[in-house]
Amino acid sequence: MDFLNAIVALLNFVVIPAAAYGAQLALGALGVTLIYGILRFSNFAHGDTMAFGTALVIIVTWGLQALGISLGPLPTALLALPIGIALCSAFVLGTDRVVYRFYRKKKSEPIILVMASVGVMFVMNGVTRLLIGVDEIRFDDGARFLIAVQDFKTWTGLNEGLALRVSQVITFVVTALACWALFRFLNRSRAGKAMRAYADNEDLALLSGIDPERVVRLTWIIATALAVTAGTLYGLDKSFKAFNYFQILLPIFAAAIVGGLGNPLGAVAGGFIVAFSEVAVTYPWKKVAAYLGFQSDGLLQLLSTEYKFAVSFVILIIVLLFRPTGLFRGKAY
Amino acid sequence: MSQPYLSATAMRGGYGKADILNGCTLTVDQGQIAVIVGPNGAGKSTAMKAVFGMLNLREGAVTLGGEDITRLTPQERVHKGMGFVPQTHNIFPTMTVEENLEMGAYIRGDDYRETMEQVYHLFPAVADKRRQNAGELSGGQRQQVAVGRALMTKPRLLMLDEPTAGVSPIVMDELFDRIIEVARTGISILMVEQNARQALEIADIGYVLVQGANRYTDSGKALMADPEVRRTFLGG
Repeated sequence: MDFLNAIVALLNFVVIPAAAYGAQLALGALGVTLIYGILRFSNFAHGDTMAFGTALVIIVTWGLQALGISLGPLPTALLALPIGIALCSAFVLGTDRVVYRFYRKKKSEPIILVMASVGVMFVMNGVTRLLIGVDEIRFDDGARFLIAVQDFKTWTGLNEGLALRVSQVITFVVTALACWALFRFLNRSRAGKAMRAYADNEDLALLSGIDPERVVRLTWIIATALAVTAGTLYGLDKSFKAFNYFQILLPIFAAAIVGGLGNPLGAVAGGFIVAFSEVAVTYPWKKVAAYLGFQSDGLLQLLSTEYKFAVSFVILIIVLLFRPTGLFRGKAY
Repeated sequence: MSQPYLSATAMRGGYGKADILNGCTLTVDQGQIAVIVGPNGAGKSTAMKAVFGMLNLREGAVTLGGEDITRLTPQERVHKGMGFVPQTHNIFPTMTVEENLEMGAYIRGDDYRETMEQVYHLFPAVADKRRQNAGELSGGQRQQVAVGRALMTKPRLLMLDEPTAGVSPIVMDELFDRIIEVARTGISILMVEQNARQALEIADIGYVLVQGANRYTDSGKALMADPEVRRTFLGG
């Protein structure tokens, strides 16, 4: 019985939250890695693209709610998501037109594009705050729980409760669908193969008649769609606060680099590795240990949650020291 | 006299201010193998790049099948029937052999499966590895994939920039045999080669370039027999 309680506590406090967080990071890291692989720079504005896109989704959600439209038990934000993606993509394509294209035509060094993206980041940062403010916003409506703690306890008769929130289930389902669609697109479709060819060998892609500007546009749109989806899922799961999205950039980059920059499969794996490490290191293991027969006076918490970003840093440093190309062999420009 | 299929006449031009090509002329007839040889820095690769439009010419003209293509971009020349295999970076390493060929056929709107089968028929060694990433293949097989990729557009003229660079002698012979086979199907071949002797042996026409200009032009056999050419360019 105690063993079961330990497993339930582990699931409830570590596995489920970390998996949901990992899925959100994975979607973010996929966008970063696609832009790195195809546009050949690290996009620092990715976190604020998530924030800006999510802000748009929230505004559309409010609009839909005002019109009395809802999805029943599912959050209305899911309905607003495609509109948010479309609006955010238009904005991002605008930034490509006025900022990145200039440097691309000049064949600038990647570091120059990185710095340009820092500028774009600040602008998007400001625009997001002007648009929706700096306060914390909760925009999840519909049912809260698929499994509530109290129900779980009565069903199983265990001391430990297990909660499965609707937002978490949506995160899993949407991430799985998004990854499936993305990998299918990259491996099967003509446009997806053209993107990979362009990432592999730009000059030869050109010789083969692949239109680079079309590949670039497609990359921005897909990366933005992934970013806005990740941001919305993160916001539904926790809450929306513009600053949090700026901070989440670090674990997202850590995930992309751990997996190997430019490698989509690596980005997904990296997202989960970073999330599980972060949660495992900051979770107080006292309760689980007690169920397993180890009584402890301390919390058995390795690191206080305020320091969770340190975990990403440490993982980054370890990977860069011992396997700079990442677990799945990315590339380096 | 009818015009040769490819005719690049009196080409003059370079990358910066100084000209690399000083009135270089290259012609290839249908189904012919033309080989450009010469010392290092003679402008061999540059001449080929000029034919393909990767270099702006100050003077001279390039015609393909009687049509003036001097002002066209490389991409437009691919549409006109030119295929080009660069010396390095000529495959998509993280894509499978089959995907490499598919990308070769990217500009084609029609069914390219028959062409793909022909390429596999020509290169049975890579046909067995069609699901494998091209970057994982041996040097010789990569070159075969690179040539196969260029053949996917069904070019009338195939240009090869040092196709045997860095491959073993056995693989080189094999590759030359394949190139002869390609030429027999009516495709014109223009290639730059470091391995001058072996290349001239299969050449219908050989161009010896020196400082961006034609020094000797003759059939491959005749060039090989010319004591002057042998002494200065083929090492005795």
